[in-house]
Amino acid sequence: VDTAITDPLPWYIAGPLLGLFVPAMLLLTGKEPGVSGSFRHVCALLPRAKALDYFKYDVWKDGLWQILFVVGILLGGTLVQFGLGGSGVPLFLPENLTAAGLALLFVGGVLVGFGTRYADGCTSGHTISGISNLSVPSMVASACFIIGGSAASLVHRFVFGGLVP
Amino acid sequence: MSDAKTVSSTPWWKYPLWLLLGLGFGAVLTKAQVISVVRVRRMFAFQEPHMFLVIGAAVVTGVIAMLIVRALRKTKTDVSGHPMEFKSRPFQPGIWIGGLIFGVGWYLTAACPGPIYALIGAGIWDAVVILAGALAGAWLFGWLKPKLPR
Repeated sequence: VDTAITDPLPWYIAGPLLGLFVPAMLLLTGKEPGVSGSFRHVCALLPRAKALDYFKYDVWKDGLWQILFVVGILLGGTLVQFGLGGSGVPLFLPENLTAAGLALLFVGGVLVGFGTRYADGCTSGHTISGISNLSVPSMVASACFIIGGSAASLVHRFVFGGLVP
Repeated sequence: MSDAKTVSSTPWWKYPLWLLLGLGFGAVLTKAQVISVVRVRRMFAFQEPHMFLVIGAAVVTGVIAMLIVRALRKTKTDVSGHPMEFKSRPFQPGIWIGGLIFGVGWYLTAACPGPIYALIGAGIWDAVVILAGALAGAWLFGWLKPKLPR
C-alpha cells in the first residue's frame, strides 16, 4: 500500500466514544449496540426465508431498530470519507479487485456471517456491549475472535508468504 | 405513567435516533481507522497496538459507564419507560466455534460487521461483496442451525 497513511483519531478518544454508545443506546432507546443481527434481519426479508425457523419472526417489529442503526453506520462512513476529511488511511487493498481477491472477500464474508450468527454476536454485540455488561460468554467469544484472526494471520504470513500492509 | 398500554409501542423519535446513533458510531469507526485493512492486519500480526487500545478503551469505558448506570437507574428502564434490553448470550458451542470462525473471516475481509457497512458508505465497493458473503453465511447458519451443536 503506497498511499499516505496518516494518524487515526487517537485511541484514547475513539475508544471511550465507542464505549459510551452502550449506556447511551440503552438509556435512550433500550437497545444495546449490535450489528451482526442485521444480517439475520436482511435474510429474513428474502423470499423463502420463512421456510427456516431461524427467520420466522417479524423483522419490522423486532429488527427495524437494528436495520436503521446499520444504515446509520453506513452513512457515518460516507460522512467521514466525503465530508470530514476522510479516514486518512487506505481502506482496501488493490489486489481485492481481482477475481481471486473478490472470491476471497466473499468467502471471508461467509465466515463473518456464519461465525457471528453462531456466536450470537460480533465485535459490537459481544466485545463492546456484552463485556460492558460483564457477560462471561462475551469475554470468551471476544478472545476467540482474536485467536481466530491471529491464527489466520500466522498462516497467511508464514505459510503463504503474505505481507502486512 | 408506565401502564402496559403506554409502553407497548416504540415512540416515533427512537427511529431517527437509531439512525443518528448509527451515524455517530460509523463516523468514529471510520475516523479511528478501525475499518482499514492496514490497521486490522497490523493488529492480527501484533505489529501495532492501535486496534487493541481502541477496543480496550471502549470496553473499560463501557464497563465503568454501565456500572454507574445500573447503580443510578434501579428501574432498569430507558427514558421512555421501556426496559433496557440486556441481551442474554448464554454459553453454547457457538461462542467459541463461531467466535473462531468469525475471527478468521475478520482477518480475511479485514472487516467486522460494523466496518462492512461503514466501508460501503465510504465508497469501498469491494465491501458489497463482503456483505453478500455475510448474508450468505447468515443464511447458511439459519439452514444448518437445527444440526449444529448448541
